[in-house]
Amino acid sequence: MNVWDWNFAASIIPSLLDGLLVTLEATALGSLLAFVLGLMLALLRYSPLFVVSKAAWGFIEVVRSTPLLVQLYIWFFLLAQWGITLGSMTAGVLGLGVHYATYTAEVYRAGIDAVPRGQWEAARALNLPRGRTWVGIVLPQAIPRMIPALGNYVVSMFKETPLLLTIGVLDILGQARGAGAEAYRFIEPYTLAGILFLALSYPSSILIRRLERRVLQH
Amino acid sequence: MFSSTRHPQEAVQTADIETEQPMVRFNSIMKAFGDQVVLNELDLEVGSGEKVALIGPSGSGKTTILRMLMTLERPDAGTIYVDGDPLWHMERNGTTVPADERHLRQMRTKIGMVFQQFNLFPHMTVLRNIAEAPIRVLGIPRAEAEERARHLLDQVGLAGKADYRPSQLSGGQQQRVAIARAIAMRPKVMLFDEVTSALDPELVAEVHAVLRDLATETGMTMLLVTHEMNFARDIADRVLMFDQGRIIESGPPERIFTHPENDRTKSFLRAVLEAT
Ligand SMILES: Nc1ncnc2c1ncn2[C@@H]1O[C@H](COP(=O)(O)OP(=O)(O)OP(=O)(O)O)[C@@H](O)[C@H]1O
Ligand SMILES: [Mg+2]
Repeated sequence: MNVWDWNFAASIIPSLLDGLLVTLEATALGSLLAFVLGLMLALLRYSPLFVVSKAAWGFIEVVRSTPLLVQLYIWFFLLAQWGITLGSMTAGVLGLGVHYATYTAEVYRAGIDAVPRGQWEAARALNLPRGRTWVGIVLPQAIPRMIPALGNYVVSMFKETPLLLTIGVLDILGQARGAGAEAYRFIEPYTLAGILFLALSYPSSILIRRLERRVLQH
Repeated sequence: MFSSTRHPQEAVQTADIETEQPMVRFNSIMKAFGDQVVLNELDLEVGSGEKVALIGPSGSGKTTILRMLMTLERPDAGTIYVDGDPLWHMERNGTTVPADERHLRQMRTKIGMVFQQFNLFPHMTVLRNIAEAPIRVLGIPRAEAEERARHLLDQVGLAGKADYRPSQLSGGQQQRVAIARAIAMRPKVMLFDEVTSALDPELVAEVHAVLRDLATETGMTMLLVTHEMNFARDIADRVLMFDQGRIIESGPPERIFTHPENDRTKSFLRAVLEAT
């Protein structure tokens, strides 16, 4: 038996690509949730109400200090025990999105803090309403500086999607494992799965690094 | 050059000069940062349409005075009146209570400020910098606000720069945009905090020229913090000399600059003249 069987490798590519689509879907939806929820968390941390900002802080700390895997179990198994049954993809996206929201929240916060105080003061002097100051003045200056860091989190989320396997999402790795189990050959499926991850995350990282350099130049 | 656009509102303002009520009044204002008392029982009046220069050594509280007027800093005690109304207080059910955001927003419409560091919005064009607040705050339709912004740009000598970004302008040009941005809101009181001290020396004159026009051609009340004594002499009706949070001397510029009475004023003026 060959160490590497080309025919077998070619035969499993379609199912790996199916898995890739699932991985990309989970990453995309998870990122979207992480971006939106993270922004909300960051804004809550700036709330003038102490209780609100403290609660947001507490939530961020707790979610960050517990493993993603545990959170996935909570979304999928624990909620089901309480009568809230989520599909494995839904639970996976919620798990990824909420977990990474606590990281993007910090990215937003750092980006917002980097906007000079004079910008806030000019907005106040012009009597711009609070919401307008956020949307029109602060965020447009803060977001470009955040993009590279946010991009890095998307890449790490992408690389962590195989964890969703544990709650039954058939991502790249899930498909590879399935194909391998059927044929009792694991070298090709796992190698190809690894290559797929590498082929996507490495160029993305390079792209982000370029972006970072461009943002820093400004 | 500013008179041609005088708004009906501004014409009324000019008439106010005749009336008794000061435009700005500080009544026993106290301000401390931590245990450092910056202003102690400060009383101050500025008449409607009056141009007042605030001079004095570093740390004497000049910026703090302007920042309290712009509602960027809250006084610890005392009352500030602007155009007859308390700035940081309001009446509710017959008692005086701290101002809420609505009252502050109402009062802020009367006040504008130009900062030492310009503080233009870097992600907006020059035109947008000027038109943004009139659109968002005053509710002026975009086309009209932009037309007014162009007019103001023309008046500060930057007619061709409407579509530039602030970063593409010199410091002097940026500061003139900031002045246009502030007057686009048609405040009754304008505050200028060392608006030329971040500029290269050769750019100071163009900004001073704009301020001089603004002073002579509008009825706006102006408070200017400056270290440029020639400019203060030119523009101000009255000079206030500050030291350690108190006004130690006040009077028309001709007198303060030629016959200062207070010893500290004398040594301060001597030091400033030597430095320039
Ligand atoms: N936000 C702040 N926190 C702590 N101390 C402050 C703050 N703002 C001002 N101060 C202090 O208050 C004092 C008065 O400051 P202020 O800026 O009003 O002085 P100034 O007369 O404008 O001086 P300068 O000519 O240097 O601008 C200074 O000692 C300053 O260090
Ligand atoms: Mg100052």
